[in-house]
Amino acid sequence: MKRIRKKGSQEKHLQRLVFFSCLPAFLIFISSSLSAGPVVIGSKKFTESYVLGEIAKRSLSDANIVAEHRQGMGGTIILWEALRTGQIDAYPEYTGTIAQEILKTERQLSMQEFESALEKLGIGMTEPLGFNNTYALVMQRNQAERLGVHTISDLQKHPELKYGLTHEFLDRHDGWRPLASRYQLNPQSVVGIDHALGYAALKNGSFDVKDAYSTDAKIAEYDLVALEDDQQFFPRYQAVFLFRFALPTPVISALRQLEGTIDEARMIKLNAEAERTKDYARAASLYFNNGARSTIFFSGESFAHKLARWTLRHLELAGFSLLLSVIVGIPLGILASRGGAVGHVILGFAGVMQTIPSLALLALLVPLPFFGISVRTAITALFLYGLLPIVRNTATGLQDIPRSLRESAIALGLERGAQLRKIFLPIASRSILAGIKTSAVINIGTATLAALIGAGGLGEPILSGLNLNDHVTILQGAIPAAVLALLVQWLFDLLDRVLIPKGLRL
Amino acid sequence: MSALVQLVEVSKRYRDAPALHPTTLAIERGKTTVLIGPSGCGKSTLLRLIIRLIEPDTGTIDFDGAPVTPDKIDMLRRRIGYVIQEGGLFPHLTARANVLLMARHLGKPDEEMRRRLSELCALTRFPENLLARYPVELSGGQRQRVSLMRALMLSPELLLLDEPLGALDPLVRASLQKDLKEIFSRLRQTVLLVTHDLAEAAYLADEIVLMNEGRIVQRGSIADLRGDPASDFVTEFINAQRSLALV
Repeated sequence: MKRIRKKGSQEKHLQRLVFFSCLPAFLIFISSSLSAGPVVIGSKKFTESYVLGEIAKRSLSDANIVAEHRQGMGGTIILWEALRTGQIDAYPEYTGTIAQEILKTERQLSMQEFESALEKLGIGMTEPLGFNNTYALVMQRNQAERLGVHTISDLQKHPELKYGLTHEFLDRHDGWRPLASRYQLNPQSVVGIDHALGYAALKNGSFDVKDAYSTDAKIAEYDLVALEDDQQFFPRYQAVFLFRFALPTPVISALRQLEGTIDEARMIKLNAEAERTKDYARAASLYFNNGARSTIFFSGESFAHKLARWTLRHLELAGFSLLLSVIVGIPLGILASRGGAVGHVILGFAGVMQTIPSLALLALLVPLPFFGISVRTAITALFLYGLLPIVRNTATGLQDIPRSLRESAIALGLERGAQLRKIFLPIASRSILAGIKTSAVINIGTATLAALIGAGGLGEPILSGLNLNDHVTILQGAIPAAVLALLVQWLFDLLDRVLIPKGLRL
Repeated sequence: MSALVQLVEVSKRYRDAPALHPTTLAIERGKTTVLIGPSGCGKSTLLRLIIRLIEPDTGTIDFDGAPVTPDKIDMLRRRIGYVIQEGGLFPHLTARANVLLMARHLGKPDEEMRRRLSELCALTRFPENLLARYPVELSGGQRQRVSLMRALMLSPELLLLDEPLGALDPLVRASLQKDLKEIFSRLRQTVLLVTHDLAEAAYLADEIVLMNEGRIVQRGSIADLRGDPASDFVTEFINAQRSLALV
């Protein structure tokens, strides 16, 4: 009886502390998670994948199938896991990647071999869409001509050239290391860099050689030259759609209608259009070649509307995760304040959570059942991140209460729950609230990464801006996120005055 | 009539240092007993044992003729008032809320609480218009008066005071000593007070208990201690304090 009463009273206090800060975000979360499930198309984090994703969505829409496109969800492994576990229904992929990264084979496979290998995993594959987007090494044209570099073999003579390669290329089985050993390249400088940023860096001379996709629009735009793969190192990268076999037949046939319809020239054009207009849906509509309908279907969302959508989702992510951090963090902090082995374990756990890079934490959660590519995963990661400041500040706030006050509370004959509720938590409230404030600001910042796993928020424009190397788009997400962080800070300064007892503020 | 508190062979160690050797002591009802001795002599430990902030290693402590079982410890504490050097007032509560904390927690009627509060203000000479202030807004002497009111609020059978005047300047201290003596005798309160100041002890005590190194050295009136010292330490302790007073 005593225990139950103690618990109940703690929760009451938590509710009071949390109510003002998190209720709106909580309500938004509840209301938005009630919508039904359309066919979900995923795409990887680069322009061509976005465009193909939009084309698929449009193709399904034209067949009267409700479809949703989760843009730029990350790399191959994340999308493959999401497809296999049914969190997405289809996504564009390349045969070379399927062989190397998914089926883990070095052989060149025939289309039949691909299909039968994937079939065993419950996944179907369309025929090639029509273009081969292989890897290439690119350089600035004038520099390549000056140095007389035309083929990858020619690079052997120039170990002084600096390489800026994407992280995926550096790690792939058909990527940098086997390439370097085949061509016996031994350059002095190799750095890892984001794909779109790499183009800008190549352009301004930060390095000389970069990996690229042969259909990248930037190759023509920046007047780059793709070096000839004279030893035929790179496998063929035919674009296809992977889809779940469990999909209804009309969905699969809508995807199959895209087979053999996009050649390389057309893909480069679509990519260039997407990068020029920053509008993937519009680029996709070029494919369908009927402008009249496309304006009805794809008349771009207004900026204000987009901003509101991003911001609401952002608040939902940060707010709900903060609510969880508070609900879990304060009781953990109370336990930790009592010291001993339990306290060490709790503080250690919360500390370790914060040392894991946020991106890695997201990537670790995605393959787990229940999580996957979802808002749930983003909220869980943010919740784990927000835990430490609250746990630590609650624990130290309680531990810092002078012994004389602690003993006075005990000597009065208050039960333990009442001591906590009436004396200790109010005295520690300033420290606890400071911890919650830290968590809130961290969450607002870290929530931008949620876009990486398709959870949306203000990270969406940042990510696509990064992808397009477009500063204006990046700022469309970065500025509101910064403003939001400031607003949250200010809100908590106000809360200080409401929640912290007057006697502690004199 | 039996003693209110009866300690029998009670001892306490902190890590490897004995804080209190096996000690037997009776606290008589209606009297002011003063524990005195140099720092670390075990006088505060004895007080903290009685209100069960710490548990004895050996021995028994009976209260009102009966042992205190673990489930009755909170009940015991509500029958004891406890005042410490810095008052131990809760900074987030006003003077009034500090005094009424336990009464409110126990659901006492408002009217009764109001009456008791003005009674206590009169008794401790605390101005009622300062009740709305927070502890930081009060002087050291005022804080100790509030702390005393809080301790007396539930009309405790025993009042424990641990160096209650130790942090106050001499003038405030003298006036509070006078008030304390008057309050104790008016309430016929059983009091156990810890101090290191012999003059204070002599002024307030019905009986003085002199302690050193975790043991009771002598108990009696100031005249007993002076006239018939139990050991050289007693003489030394009395002389040290007298010479300080002469400087």
